[in-house]
Amino acid sequence: MTQPDHSAAAALTTPSPSSPLTGLDAVAARKGMSPRQKTLVVRIVQYVVFVGVVLAVVFTANWHQLGQVFARSDVLRITFTSTTDVTLGTSKHVINGLLLALCNTIVYSVGAFIIGLLLGTVLALMKLSSVGPYRWVATIYVELFRGLPALVVLLIFGMLPVAFPGLQFPLDPYGTVWLALGMVYAAYMSETIRAGIQAVPKGQIEAARTLGMPAGMATRRIVLPQAFRIITPPLTNDLVSLVKDSSLVYILGLTAQGFELTKFGRNLQNANANLTPIALAGLCYLVITVPLGFLVRHMENKSATRAGAR
Amino acid sequence: MSETTAGAGPMIRVDGLHKSFGELEVLKGIDLAVDPGEVLCIIGPSGSGKSTLLRCINLLEQPTEGDVWVHGIKLTDQDVDIDRVRAHMGMVFQSFNLFPHLNATQNCMLGQTAVLGRSKAEAKRIAEHNLVKVGLFDRMDYFPAQLSGGQQQRVAIARALSMDPLLMLFDEPTSALDPELVGDVLSVMRQLADDGMTMVVVTHEMAFARDVADRVIFMDEGVIVEQGPAAQVIGAPTQERTQVFLQRVLDPTHVREIGELEPIDVAPAWTHA
Ligand SMILES: Nc1ncnc2c1ncn2[C@@H]1O[C@H](COP(=O)(O)OP(=O)(O)OP(=O)(O)O)[C@@H](O)[C@H]1O
Ligand SMILES: [Mg+2]
Repeated sequence: MTQPDHSAAAALTTPSPSSPLTGLDAVAARKGMSPRQKTLVVRIVQYVVFVGVVLAVVFTANWHQLGQVFARSDVLRITFTSTTDVTLGTSKHVINGLLLALCNTIVYSVGAFIIGLLLGTVLALMKLSSVGPYRWVATIYVELFRGLPALVVLLIFGMLPVAFPGLQFPLDPYGTVWLALGMVYAAYMSETIRAGIQAVPKGQIEAARTLGMPAGMATRRIVLPQAFRIITPPLTNDLVSLVKDSSLVYILGLTAQGFELTKFGRNLQNANANLTPIALAGLCYLVITVPLGFLVRHMENKSATRAGAR
Repeated sequence: MSETTAGAGPMIRVDGLHKSFGELEVLKGIDLAVDPGEVLCIIGPSGSGKSTLLRCINLLEQPTEGDVWVHGIKLTDQDVDIDRVRAHMGMVFQSFNLFPHLNATQNCMLGQTAVLGRSKAEAKRIAEHNLVKVGLFDRMDYFPAQLSGGQQQRVAIARALSMDPLLMLFDEPTSALDPELVGDVLSVMRQLADDGMTMVVVTHEMAFARDVADRVIFMDEGVIVEQGPAAQVIGAPTQERTQVFLQRVLDPTHVREIGELEPIDVAPAWTHA
């Protein structure tokens, strides 16, 4: 590998007198630097600037103050050791508050994700239906819920039992959150799912129909499994967004048992007049979202190499 | 079951078949009968409507006009349960269309369990039997992406055979294959023909048509131009359109027109000792 490289480079920098490169070489010589040297200089300048900025931040920042605001040790201890009383049916438990909040965040997000997935699939199929009214309803739904802020939808769902006495979502507050965020995310996910369905080649449906499968069975057994394989990465991105949007739950009047990370952090922040609990809550989000992000990239790379191998 | 009694008469009958896509009339009145056990090859230039005819036989395309009978059942009857009949009509596509999320055996099992209601064990036994038959006993748990084109097409044939088809439709089954893989697929088809399968094969493989077909149909611009025994249609065509087409297919380099050129079956220089 290196051997031909050397000779090629040599040929470029020291052309024989008769070489057509002689003229070019003269131009380069007048400016004093070869392209390779110029690239090197530019790169060195970039490193110098970077190190300079880092050093400036390190030396000008008030580390003591920052530590007091975002990582005060006594507040850290309070945040890690605070407990919440949990009532499950008739039994009562005392559970670590931070752990409970982390679990609640996951339960809210995953529940809403499942509802979004089911409803999104129905919407996608409606949008691809040959029945006009199905398409219109699906289109209106998607436009409506993509246009509304999730916070507004959550607020409305939170108020519904007040507005309609007797109305009660199951597993409150979980049911409320699952339904509100699930309906919002169904709008986004239906577009992704529709793209996935359309990405399955028409020949797949024909092969299935040729085996005698009715249209519905072909969709369920052949099209959807392939569509979901294609859209797993974008759907996982939706799950990441959902984990973050579950923080909007703080707007509902929750009991401590229903606190998720943001609400939990905010309460302790107010009690201690310090940002440490919120910073810790933020870190907990990253513990969930960063691995999911890696998973998405891993899946994308894998499907890229599989497509490349074919 | 209506009209004629099942089993008697031709396996496939096509009467006055017309098919239009919007303004474009692709099939302009096709009449055709295929007997049980007959091997029919359809040849003709690109765009002449060969695929469309094949796809009208199992109603992947809805005929604009005319009727199709299979095994005595009038498929163009509105009340016919087309899915039930399709389950017994095998079709093999140019692009294989294997299910990529299932391995070879599962590809051959799904139709049996989901449509024919066979048990998993029975479906597996039949799938494996047919995979062995097409020479893939050592590739049964491979996924389509792990198989060569020729192997994929043989799985597709095994998948169709696993449904115990009354007849098999082939739409240019070897056109997407590398030349060295064509032979494997053709020999499987030849075996099928020898076993007495009723087959309609759209193909550009003239040697296969000549050797295996009981009858050859030449189509052009949506009509059957010429038909008869293979030796006659391919060997001594009477219609000018057939002659022109065959000349182009059998002699794609137009060697005779250009003259000069050496015959190409000379061994390449590097094979000389
Ligand atoms: N779904 C469709 N919509 C519109 N036009 C179509 C459709 N399917 C086929 N056609 C047209 O019908 C004509 C015949 O197509 P067909 O595929 O039957 O030809 P073919 O003989 O199989 O050709 P080839 O050898 O290239 O496969 C072509 O002009 C094609 O463009
Ligand atoms: Mg075709």
